Parts: sequence; structure tokens; C-alpha cells
Amino acid sequence: MRAPIHCTAALLALAAAFLSAGCRQDMHDQPKLRGMRGSAFFADGRGMRPTVPGTVARGQLNDDELLHTGKLDGKPSEVFPFEITRADLERGRERFEIYCTPCHDRTGSGNGMIVQRGMKRPPSYHIQRLREQPPGYFFDVMTNGFGAMFDYSDRIKPEDRWRIAAYIRVLQLSQNGTLADVPPDERTKLEQQKTEGQAQ
Amino acid sequence: MAQIFHKSFNSLSKVSIVVGGLVAATALTLVATANTTSWITYVGVAREQTPPFSHKHHVAGLGIDCRYCHTTVEEAGFAGIPATKTCMTCHSQVWTEAPILEPVRESYRTDKPLEWVRVHDLPDFVYFDHSIHVAKGVGCSTCHGQVDQMPLMWRENTLNMTWCLSCHRDPAQFVRPKDKVFDMTWTPPANQREQGEALVRDYHITSKTNCGVCHR
Repeated sequence: MRAPIHCTAALLALAAAFLSAGCRQDMHDQPKLRGMRGSAFFADGRGMRPTVPGTVARGQLNDDELLHTGKLDGKPSEVFPFEITRADLERGRERFEIYCTPCHDRTGSGNGMIVQRGMKRPPSYHIQRLREQPPGYFFDVMTNGFGAMFDYSDRIKPEDRWRIAAYIRVLQLSQNGTLADVPPDERTKLEQQKTEGQAQ
Repeated sequence: MAQIFHKSFNSLSKVSIVVGGLVAATALTLVATANTTSWITYVGVAREQTPPFSHKHHVAGLGIDCRYCHTTVEEAGFAGIPATKTCMTCHSQVWTEAPILEPVRESYRTDKPLEWVRVHDLPDFVYFDHSIHVAKGVGCSTCHGQVDQMPLMWRENTLNMTWCLSCHRDPAQFVRPKDKVFDMTWTPPANQREQGEALVRDYHITSKTNCGVCHR
């Protein structure tokens, strides 16, 4: 009389074995490599292989001296490699606020949040020495780093580095503007506001 | 010839029809339920990492933009995990002695990458591209949740196909203005239906639900 029960148990175990055999994840985890995935095949465990020193990818010869080094005849360039439009400035501002504000803060005075947490304070963009620097100088600092600042050449594309350099100029102008820089009609408004302010 | 089956098998055979059906139904329900629990989906399960990186500290505490580290999210399929050099940009100066950061310093010294536990891991037969989602007004937090409130990273959504399709069938529920894509605090406004539909039109979003979009 006990035989059928043993039989049922055996059948259930067999069914469970078959069902769990269907739980393999081979399609989920295929043996191919994807970006930043590790690999047991290589000794260092990396799936993404470091390039052989001296490798130049197609289109990345970076032989445009001005665009890629910020220099002209070995000196920091006074000019931009392309015309800076309003869209470039807005892109520059966006990139600046992603990559630069943690230390330089949004006005460029050098009191960003990371500085408040112990990073070496960078000089303000508004000091005379930096106001006199050409845009190529800022491009060079972003490309090669300066002092405690690491380089950002692997994080920001050359074109965007130039746009950031242009936006730094905007910040410098904004912090050192005078009434004479304001268009005449706006100037009248400002002067009115000033008199109203004094009257109160 | 003797009887093969005992008399009791008459009722047992009837009962087994009902019981067999019940057992099968219960088993299916159990499997289906198990698949929606975090035991399988990992939703809400904070994953241990070495070092224990906190998005909450870096994003909400320090105000660092997503793209400072995930540099390729706007132009590539993969958002990108930062190189150790990115960590060291600050940590060569800040918390330089902290034992918790020794793995980072070691990685930088030895040129051996840090090994993170992948939290959002799609099956390999799914092709997903961050750049197109970001470019069309799908914000980080729509899929990843409020990362700026996560001390250790967890999965906010199942990443199941049903979940993908819930948006692909009707993106207007979730699409937000492009300038809010990286805003962690954005929540759908009261008129999201109306605004979402307008954005879907403006951004020329065409809902893709054919198989080959993700399974190519």
C-alpha cells in the first residue's frame, strides 16, 4: 500500500528537477562582452582592453593645434577655434555648471561645495591675473590640469572646453560690469530704480 | 487474477482530479507572485558595494550633477561608470586618509578598476540606449527613482518588460520638459496628462512597441 505514495513523491521530485532546469539564465547572462563588463578571459579581469600605447583611433589624431591644445605657435590662444554664438555660451554654461561649479561655484569665485569640504581653494576668475588671460589659457588648464585640479580632457570634449572658456569670459564680464556696459534703455531703468531705492 | 487497484482508488481518482487542478493552480500562482517580489526583482534592495558609495551624499549633499560622473549618458547607450580618476579628482584632496576610501586609492595606485555590483542589469537580450531617452525628456528619476535619497543604490523599478511597455505604450504619463531631465526632485504636475501629450508632440516622440526595438 505504500508504493503509490513513494511513486508520487518520486514523480514530484522529478517534475521539480525538470522545472528548475528551466530556470537557467544563459540568455540573460550571455558570454559576450559589453561596456565595462568584467571578463575571466584576461588576466587583469577587464573586458574593455586598454589600448596599446601610441594607438590613434580613426578621427582622433587631434592634430588641430588650436582646437586640441588651445595654443597658437606655442602660446595660449587669444582667439577661439570657432565662432562663439549664444547657443555655445548656453552650452558652455550648462557644462560649466556640471563640471566646474563643485569647486569654482556658479559665479567663478572659487568657493564651491567641495572647497567648503576641504578641497584646496582655486583662485577666483575675477582676479586681475586671470582676467588678463586669453581663452586658450583656460582651455589649457581644463585639458592638462593645474595645481590640485585634475585634467578634464577625458570628461569634456574639446569643443565643450572652448565653450566653457567662453562662459568663463561671460562670468568675468558679469562680475566686473559697469553702468556703461548696459544698453541705454536698460540703463535708464536701472537709474530709475536706483533713485526710487534712495527715495525709500 | 487479483485486483491491481484497491477499492479506495475509486474515490482517490475522483479527488485527484480536483486536487491535481488545485496543486497546479497554486504552483502557478506561487511562481507568478514570487516573480513580483523583491526576492526576484531586487526592487528596493540596497546593494552592498566596495567602497559603499552614497549617491545621497554626493548628489543631495554636495549638489554634484549626474553627468559629472555618468559622462556618456547624453550621447551613448551606456551612461558610464566613472573611472577611478573621477573619484580621485576630489578624493586626492578630500578624505585622503579615510580607511573607507582605501579601495579607491588602491585602484588608482595599481590601475586596477573598482568592481561595482551592477544594480540595474538588464538581460543581455535587451538593447537599451540612455541617450535617446534623455534626449526626449525621460528624466533619470522616472526610471531610477530619487537616487539623491539613496545612501546605497537600489533598484526602484522592476525593469520587467511590462514595466518598459507601460511607458512605451503611453509616454505622455512620464515625459517631462528637457531642462528637467536631470532634476531629481521633479514630480509630474497636476496637468501631466495635458503637458505630457504636448511634450510628446513637441519632441516628436513616436512610441515604439514592436519587438525589434529592444530585442534586436
